[in-house]
Amino acid sequence: MEITAKSVAELHQLLTEKKISATELVNTYLNRIEKQEPQVKAYITLTGEEALAQAQKVDEKIAQGEEIAPLEGIPMALKDNLSTSGVRTTSASKMLENYVPIYNATVVDKLRQAGAIMLGKVNMDEFAMGASTESSAFFETRNPWNLEYVPGGSSGGSAAVVAAEEATFSLGSDTGGSIRLPASYCNVVGLKPTYGRVSRYGLISYASSLDQIGPLTRTVRDNALVLNAIAGHDPKDSTSHPSPGEDFTESLVNDIKGLKIGVIRDYLTEELDSDIKKITQETISKLKELGAEVEECSLPHSEYALGAYYLISTAEASSNLARFDGVRFGFRAEEAEDVLSMFKKSRAQGFGDEVKRRILLGTYALSSENIDSYFHQAQKVRTLIKEDYRQAFEKYDVLLSSTSPCPVFKLGEKADDSLKMCMTDFHTVTLNLAGLPGISVPAGFSNNLPVGIQFIGKPFAESTLYRVAYTFEQNTEHHQARPALVKGV
Amino acid sequence: MEALERYEMVCGMEVHVELKTKTKIFCNCTTEFGGEENTHVCPSCLGMPGTLPVANKQMVDFAIKTGLALNCEISPYTKFDRKNYFYPDLATNFQTSQFYQPICRNGYLEIEVDGEKKRIGITEAHMEEDAGKLVHGGDSITTSDESYVDYNRAGVPLLEIVSAPDIRSIDEAVAYLEQLVQTLEYIEVSDCKLEQGSVRFDVNVSLRPIGTEEFGVRTEMKNLNSFSSVRRCLEYEIQRQAEILDEGGEVIQETRTWDEGRGVTLGLRSKEEATDYRFFPEPDLMPIIIDREWIESIRKTMPELPAERRERLKSLGLSDYDARVITNSKAMADFFDQAFTKYNDAKNLANWVMGDFSRLLNAKEISVADSPVSPENLAELLILIEKGTISGKIGKTVIEEMFESGKGPEEIVKEKGLAQISDTGEILKLVQEVIEANPQSVADYKGGKGKAIGFLVGQIMKATRGKANPELVNKLLREELDKE
Repeated sequence: MEITAKSVAELHQLLTEKKISATELVNTYLNRIEKQEPQVKAYITLTGEEALAQAQKVDEKIAQGEEIAPLEGIPMALKDNLSTSGVRTTSASKMLENYVPIYNATVVDKLRQAGAIMLGKVNMDEFAMGASTESSAFFETRNPWNLEYVPGGSSGGSAAVVAAEEATFSLGSDTGGSIRLPASYCNVVGLKPTYGRVSRYGLISYASSLDQIGPLTRTVRDNALVLNAIAGHDPKDSTSHPSPGEDFTESLVNDIKGLKIGVIRDYLTEELDSDIKKITQETISKLKELGAEVEECSLPHSEYALGAYYLISTAEASSNLARFDGVRFGFRAEEAEDVLSMFKKSRAQGFGDEVKRRILLGTYALSSENIDSYFHQAQKVRTLIKEDYRQAFEKYDVLLSSTSPCPVFKLGEKADDSLKMCMTDFHTVTLNLAGLPGISVPAGFSNNLPVGIQFIGKPFAESTLYRVAYTFEQNTEHHQARPALVKGV
Repeated sequence: MEALERYEMVCGMEVHVELKTKTKIFCNCTTEFGGEENTHVCPSCLGMPGTLPVANKQMVDFAIKTGLALNCEISPYTKFDRKNYFYPDLATNFQTSQFYQPICRNGYLEIEVDGEKKRIGITEAHMEEDAGKLVHGGDSITTSDESYVDYNRAGVPLLEIVSAPDIRSIDEAVAYLEQLVQTLEYIEVSDCKLEQGSVRFDVNVSLRPIGTEEFGVRTEMKNLNSFSSVRRCLEYEIQRQAEILDEGGEVIQETRTWDEGRGVTLGLRSKEEATDYRFFPEPDLMPIIIDREWIESIRKTMPELPAERRERLKSLGLSDYDARVITNSKAMADFFDQAFTKYNDAKNLANWVMGDFSRLLNAKEISVADSPVSPENLAELLILIEKGTISGKIGKTVIEEMFESGKGPEEIVKEKGLAQISDTGEILKLVQEVIEANPQSVADYKGGKGKAIGFLVGQIMKATRGKANPELVNKLLREELDKE
């Protein structure tokens, strides 16, 4: 098997046994990136030189017989909304096209401490608003499985680089499905941790009460290894949870006998794509075969979730994005007459359409005339959805659904229809509203394009999710498939 | 005021107090006043993308303490909200404040005007962040080609204390503010440096015909920073509103600005033009749960409040006036109390503290805290006088010397040989010498001119440079003169 197709765990062994050097590893990736990027277009910024310098240090360490940590020397990519000191961080917006942060996000510091090597920053929907990575101000990223299709979004670049073997793992952020959807569309493993599990310090906010950073990886084990490195309380993020450290790899056992799994009936609608329905059923059969007790369950308030999600997320975004005004950093429009016109012009020229649409919607939902009927109402729905989940989890250990009701779609297919676009989030947003962890794992193919299944866990029960995902992975072969693109390179 | 014979004023205050925490409200930057522009800043208080706030615990402690001092209910569950508006002095273009669930509610402050006590309701007190400062290239933001922002003050914690509309006279308004500032100074939550803007007043006022219940239309004057401005502003605004009402007109509900130089209020923006702040819960901060234990731990640190202190000083024998003067500043009252532990004639101590001690502080323009004379030193001085070691008159010289040199009274008395001569033999000798040297005065005295004795006493005091015990001199002189 080619080096770039290997998992974190396999590469760690090769590095430790000196069968490959970190420098070779980075160079192999950089070569692949150079050859494939004109087609995939996932990287916004490449940091090859720094990566090689870092790799050399890892090699010196290995040469001196020192032990290396599980992620040490492993090449990875970061979504471009994670603040990296000295490395341009754009959020895929013209607003931040030339913005170079002066500080690192907590996850960036943690990964650096763990020895992971950053190859670059990857594309996304502008300010993480979208489901296809088409709203990036710079370029569209293509799905490595079929270049005419989207990689999903908003962490489209993060999923594409793992699928295209242009990084061993990546970090994304998930506000309504932005890790899980692209993971599903690109046949990789994507985890949205419990709200508060991973520090958000340094993540350029979309919607503070929903955002969460998580890993995208080739295998479930890799995912647990990366979560080990980035999880934990951070004094710089008041919403991060003071839970003690946990070794998530301990939950990787190939056994789900007796585990109670609820299939969310409300997501199995008549309109659901037939292939996705079929793959969901096959997954259920497989889990039953492996000894799990699977039955249907209900989240009765599901139909209100998307509405609530769009009101809460845009309301928070309208305030979070107010700081982009041209005064302190980022884009400033020329030829402003006064401070107000500088604000207006900078924002009019700096933001793309989808971002403006959401700021407008959020501003409207918070206005004194509308806050009661929209924002406050949405908060009530949020409480009801949490309650739905609480009740379901009285009976089940894990819930299951397809990650998205929609199959992978073509570039441009939904770009002009935001309503259709937002329907892709139908199965994912409820977790963000309830703060729950969810993982998308490869579960099959439709039209030679990947389909993912999502497992949903109780708060802070990532270990249970990993156990189910690992067992499913160990007993299926979907995750081993490689896109045609990478085979020829 | 003539207008207040026809109309009753209804007034409420919003007071913004800078809390003297070591660090800013949501980051670890210093709150120190001044400093080169944009040096007390970090990614967080500059609102850089991805940064998050972390609430300062000391700020919450101070807010609880203020709430207790103002007889408020402390909310067991309190949250922050965002107030959204665009202005370059706000790094995030929203101010983090408390709108839905403020930390303190339903309190009151007792004031006294012309000997009558009255409670002014405190509707709420909430925590919020201060903004930065704009520095314009020209005269104002509209006429300048360029403006700069200094974010050193951005994120300094403020407590906004909102009173009920219970104030009915200008004297009450000023008494409320004085009493409030004094209380805040006593509980040591703010430096209360009005001249540096660490306390700012927003004044709301309306008029209604005397005898009616319904509130009139109010106006709000923002950002006043002295008691005298509040007084002048209210006088002007009441007159302005009364004139409108007299002519049958309607006052417009609006925010007005107080022009200190011209002594007028000017319309700034009306209710219709008011910004929609789109308040919503700050999602980056967790709610703060304040349990009984926390409140009690703050209560334990609560000092004696001004009113309690006044009563205690009165019980020591001070007049109401003296007690008020001494408790006016906490530092002065502390000085008094400390000296009192060593010297227990409260009335005499008060006379000295309010008299020579205060006079010398003012003359040298130093604060009580920086006084070169310690409370112990003052007490020692008064004990020297009481014991007769020095006279009261010499005492006045000694305290001036104490201010000059910072030395203790005994040391000064010893060095300068100022101790009183109370030796009967020594004084008798002087008396006899003076009698011998001044036959004319002796004759005058014997001829019935009682006043002549004053001259003779003066001669003895002159000879001893004031050190002779005056009572003893008088006594011995009379005895000697009457003998002959």
